[in-house]
Amino acid sequence: MHTQLGTLDYAVLLIYVGFVIGIGFALTRYIKTSSDFLTSGRSIPAWVTGLAFISANLGALELVGMAASGAKYGIATSHFYWVGAIPAMVFLAVFMMPFYYGSKARSVPEYLKMRFDERVRALNSVSFAVMTLFASGISMNALAKLLHQLLGWNYDASLWICSAVVLLYVLKGGLTSAIYTEVLQFFMIVLGFAPVVYLGLKDVGGWDVLKVKLAGVAANPAAAGMIDKAGKVFPADSWTSAWKPLLGGTATNPMGVDLFAMVFGLGFVLSFGYWCTNFLVVQRAMAAKNMGAARRTPLIAAVPKMIFPALVILPGMIAAALAVTHKDGYRLPPKPLDAAIYQKALPAVKQASASGLQGEAAFQAVNNALGADDAKTYKLNPEKIEAIVADDKNGALSDSVLETRIQDAVGETDYDGVILSLVKRYCPTGLLGLALTGLLASFMSGMAGNVTAFNTIWTYDLYQAYLAPNKTDAHYAWMGRAITVVGIGLSIICAYLVSRWSNAMDIIQLVFGFVNAPLFATFLLGMFWKRTTATGAFLGLLGGTATSALFHALTTTTGNVLGIKGGYLWLCMGKNLADVPQCLRFPSDMAQNFWLASFAFGACLALTLGISLATRRTKTDEELKGLVYSLTPKLRDEGQAWYLKPAVLGVALLVCCVILNIIFF
Amino acid sequence: MGLDIRWPIGLMFSLIGVLLTGYGAMTWSDAALYKRSLDININLIWGVVLLVFGAIMLALAWRGMIREKQQSGPAK
Repeated sequence: MHTQLGTLDYAVLLIYVGFVIGIGFALTRYIKTSSDFLTSGRSIPAWVTGLAFISANLGALELVGMAASGAKYGIATSHFYWVGAIPAMVFLAVFMMPFYYGSKARSVPEYLKMRFDERVRALNSVSFAVMTLFASGISMNALAKLLHQLLGWNYDASLWICSAVVLLYVLKGGLTSAIYTEVLQFFMIVLGFAPVVYLGLKDVGGWDVLKVKLAGVAANPAAAGMIDKAGKVFPADSWTSAWKPLLGGTATNPMGVDLFAMVFGLGFVLSFGYWCTNFLVVQRAMAAKNMGAARRTPLIAAVPKMIFPALVILPGMIAAALAVTHKDGYRLPPKPLDAAIYQKALPAVKQASASGLQGEAAFQAVNNALGADDAKTYKLNPEKIEAIVADDKNGALSDSVLETRIQDAVGETDYDGVILSLVKRYCPTGLLGLALTGLLASFMSGMAGNVTAFNTIWTYDLYQAYLAPNKTDAHYAWMGRAITVVGIGLSIICAYLVSRWSNAMDIIQLVFGFVNAPLFATFLLGMFWKRTTATGAFLGLLGGTATSALFHALTTTTGNVLGIKGGYLWLCMGKNLADVPQCLRFPSDMAQNFWLASFAFGACLALTLGISLATRRTKTDEELKGLVYSLTPKLRDEGQAWYLKPAVLGVALLVCCVILNIIFF
Repeated sequence: MGLDIRWPIGLMFSLIGVLLTGYGAMTWSDAALYKRSLDININLIWGVVLLVFGAIMLALAWRGMIREKQQSGPAK
């Protein structure tokens, strides 16, 4: 079952680990003050911060998740890049970076304190700190699970060893080390996965054949193993054009999203909220050596971001195309079974074959043994189970054969396994090590990114601000290191929490959604309207978060049961799905999420506006200089060469982005 | 910051490139191994790609070092 690694694969893996740790050690001697450790002493060139910016974002969840969406939704997934990233990155570079970098703030919450007051800072830093820990925990849990499923490595050992490697290089070289290794990881991810994509595309028969096969998927998604879309028929170009299915309405695109939700909800609210306010990415730009480099950071990052769909979404599309024709027996990976399921299924199969059950009765016996919940989760294929029972007559099949075949009989598709199924399919020893190292690199860059953002927020925005002000810099430098160890420890705890209690992940991501959705409204008003008051910002943020929670409690998606995925307020009132008005039911989770963000943003904007007008300003124009657009002297770019000017670069990137959208319209 | 990241990147990919190229050359006639990569000796090809990438990084780092020496030279 498990893929075997050769000596060469291990060698590649070890070389990589050796180099990232080596970078940490090589940097130790340059790290003296707390600012060297936590903010890199603002000393790094733009191309390095730019690639680190994108690498911190390219966590493994992105790599795995985007391939999954590529299979599920096709090229429309690239909206997360061309609509949901590039414009916001350009906006950050051209308009917002001058305030972040120019204000000399060491973090995003610290900027909020300068612009508003301690309340806004405290709210943002606490929610962000908790979020980074969980994000890193969720990602490490995914990694350990993946290594366990793919290679049979021990879950605990994988989790602890990978965390220890990250701890070692972050502890030694601080943010600089995280940023430097992120650049190395960036190349590792790209060079590790590019050959897999190339081989996949070649196997399918090239882009034109891929399009034809994906039209087949659109005509009958169930044939490709997408049983969640069974019985649905989509227009032929649903998987291969980005905009046409979207323009056709929610029923004709596999995402089930309407145009407004996509453009406003994702393209404006969620995208700008993430790229322009998330300290994880903004921190990379703030570590640049000067204002020019800081502003070029997101622009440099935008170039790879724009072409990443070819690396992360295309594999998913290839997998869907291979699955629909069952090329060389390929199928989308089934949801992996764990030991507990085998313990229930194996005896049931043996008993069924011993008592000579056949056909439907044999299937029912095995299916019933799983229990109603697991049977619903895994959706065993009746014919395959019947065949297994028939073949196992007189105990003819060994346990390991039974396990393999029962796993194969699972009907539910594990979209997250798509990328690895391709790695397994195409990589011989050697390339396999490289691709796995790329995957490992993406997990580590995600974790290191979160941990370095967390230790800075903790040390400067919580510890120095509220717990222990006026200590020496050496003390804060010590605290930065200590909290790095604690942060990684807490991430590991979070990883275990999510692995033990699978609902935890849904709830956590839900709550983050509530907190993040309104955030951009606060920054937008704060940076571009000097009349915005601290009370307005604070209450607006709280109100926006409350709006998202309320929105989620009232709305649901078609086919969902009321509960954690939405609509629980109806459940509390003793109603059921049929009582929920049609206008509060969305065709998909994604649509619900985009609309939630739009409402939260609107509420936060309106509240902040209203309350600001009703309250007195506490900061003078002089105090807001450098923090608000209209009160800050405009940056003069005339001295720079044209190709270094952020505005010129930004426009060029937007033009390229539009061209890509037209090509794949 | 004192370390030019192009050195470790260049070194690492050159090293991995050498390993993959070498292994690819050694397994030149191993048709069974490369069946899954569509009968392409992907280790050899991609090893060379990594090697070239590593060499470019090293060359850039080298050029950067020379330039820095030239700049800091007269000042001293």
